[in-house]
Amino acid sequence: MEYSELVMEHFMNPRNVGVIENPDGVGKVGNPVCGDMMEIFIKVKDNHIADIKFRTFGCGAAIATSSIATEMVKGKTLEEAEELSNRAVAEALGGLPPIKMHCSNLAADAIHAAIADYRQRLAITSNG
Amino acid sequence: MEKPKKVIYLDHAATTAVDPRVMEAMLPYWTERYGNASSIYSLGREAARAMEEARKTVADILNCEPKEIIFTSCGSESDNLAVRGVAFAQQHRGKGNHIITSSIEHHAIGHTCEQLEKYFGFEVTYLPVDKYAMVDPEDVRRAIRDDTVLISVMAANNEVGTIQPIAEIGKIAHEHGIPFHTDAVQAGGTLPLNVDELHVDLLSLSAHKFYGPKGVGVLYVRKGTPLLPIQTGGGHERQRRAGTENVAGIVGLATALKLAYDHAEENNARITALRERLIQGVLERIPEVQLTGHPTQRLPNNASFAFKYIEGESILLNLDMLGICASSGSACTSASLEPSHVLLAMGIPAEEAHGSLRLTLGNENTEEDVDYVLEVLPGIVEKLRMMSPLYQGAR
Ligand code: FES
Repeated sequence: MEYSELVMEHFMNPRNVGVIENPDGVGKVGNPVCGDMMEIFIKVKDNHIADIKFRTFGCGAAIATSSIATEMVKGKTLEEAEELSNRAVAEALGGLPPIKMHCSNLAADAIHAAIADYRQRLAITSNG
Repeated sequence: MEKPKKVIYLDHAATTAVDPRVMEAMLPYWTERYGNASSIYSLGREAARAMEEARKTVADILNCEPKEIIFTSCGSESDNLAVRGVAFAQQHRGKGNHIITSSIEHHAIGHTCEQLEKYFGFEVTYLPVDKYAMVDPEDVRRAIRDDTVLISVMAANNEVGTIQPIAEIGKIAHEHGIPFHTDAVQAGGTLPLNVDELHVDLLSLSAHKFYGPKGVGVLYVRKGTPLLPIQTGGGHERQRRAGTENVAGIVGLATALKLAYDHAEENNARITALRERLIQGVLERIPEVQLTGHPTQRLPNNASFAFKYIEGESILLNLDMLGICASSGSACTSASLEPSHVLLAMGIPAEEAHGSLRLTLGNENTEEDVDYVLEVLPGIVEKLRMMSPLYQGAR
């Protein structure tokens, strides 16, 4: 099994690692296949993802996909970010070894979960 | 990305480089002395002679008769021949269909037993291990039934290095007249292999674990042990393993085994000292890590750990960037995406098994190699922990 140079580059120098204090949305997902975990924090401004950070417990592919996925949605509208697919993430990295394709689900799922969390919080505040 | 200048190979449990002296001994058997050991002309007889000499060398180290040595293509084949060969022969004689093995065997044993269970009507008892991955001989005794036809327990574990009480288990097996096999693939080259002292009837070895070539192994089978050949064909290896012999490989295996045991004492002492330097250094410099396997009853070259909050493949990739070769029992590094069955059997939770790292030293490693690992590993662990949602210290 071999990772592309781009995967290794993101893995060794991941972008947007960390935690956002008082985030507008948080998405936490676990990878049922091999038992890994990822969390995404977002800050939303004018319906755009103003800031995004992640933390991932997982393999090289999981960390690299987390990194590139956060880059792909940063500055995008929520609707655009919601459209991010696992496949797009894997493609942006120049592909992943077949056995690692499931890892790319983590990042997109966590981003979608963070946006869902944001929308839910918004609904609660505007209703209450 | 820039490639590191020097490679520090710390995965000797996976395989080793062929010793140049072994290489030299093998060379003529490919080009000049290429005869088929079954042929009657002098070229063939020359090959047969080399093979018989190799058989004698191996037999002397195992303290057995040359005819009790079968050459195979690898450790897995030896394990398959031992388990299937004895199980089928015993079943055929109406002796029963119960096998006892441990829960930490190499897959060559484990998956073979599973297949015998699933397709051939065998029942298998997988013995538990303690937190150090040690089998309790009393558990073996308790598991024995009237229809038990084979006991197989590895001599030393490949992942965590724990050395099993083989002689004790062997005595129990023999009290009950049950053939006893040990997979000594990891032990070969370092631990004593005297088959009488170990009370074993079958023993597997693989040349590439002790600076011999890949593609050649040994199965020792004590005289009188029932064994149905698994690979049938010509009458090679006294009808027990058909197939033209890998003469060069066999010469290489014997040369490597002899070299290993001629120098076992000094090599073991030196490598054990390196191992202790590595283990102590890791435990001192890195918080929240445990040594896996037995603290003292372990292979001289095995240092294995479980780091909390991080995943093994990530550690391996970081080490590889610095030229350090190692391995892990993490789910993410396995083809099945399941964590190591050995670590789970030891009671290590799946998420900690995820953070496992195995460093296995060898003859060419130096103190500088160990110190380099100790210099870079804490930073790698810290970096990955800062990325981990499981690590509270990152907040
Ligand atoms: S996260 Fe486990 S294989 Fe990628």
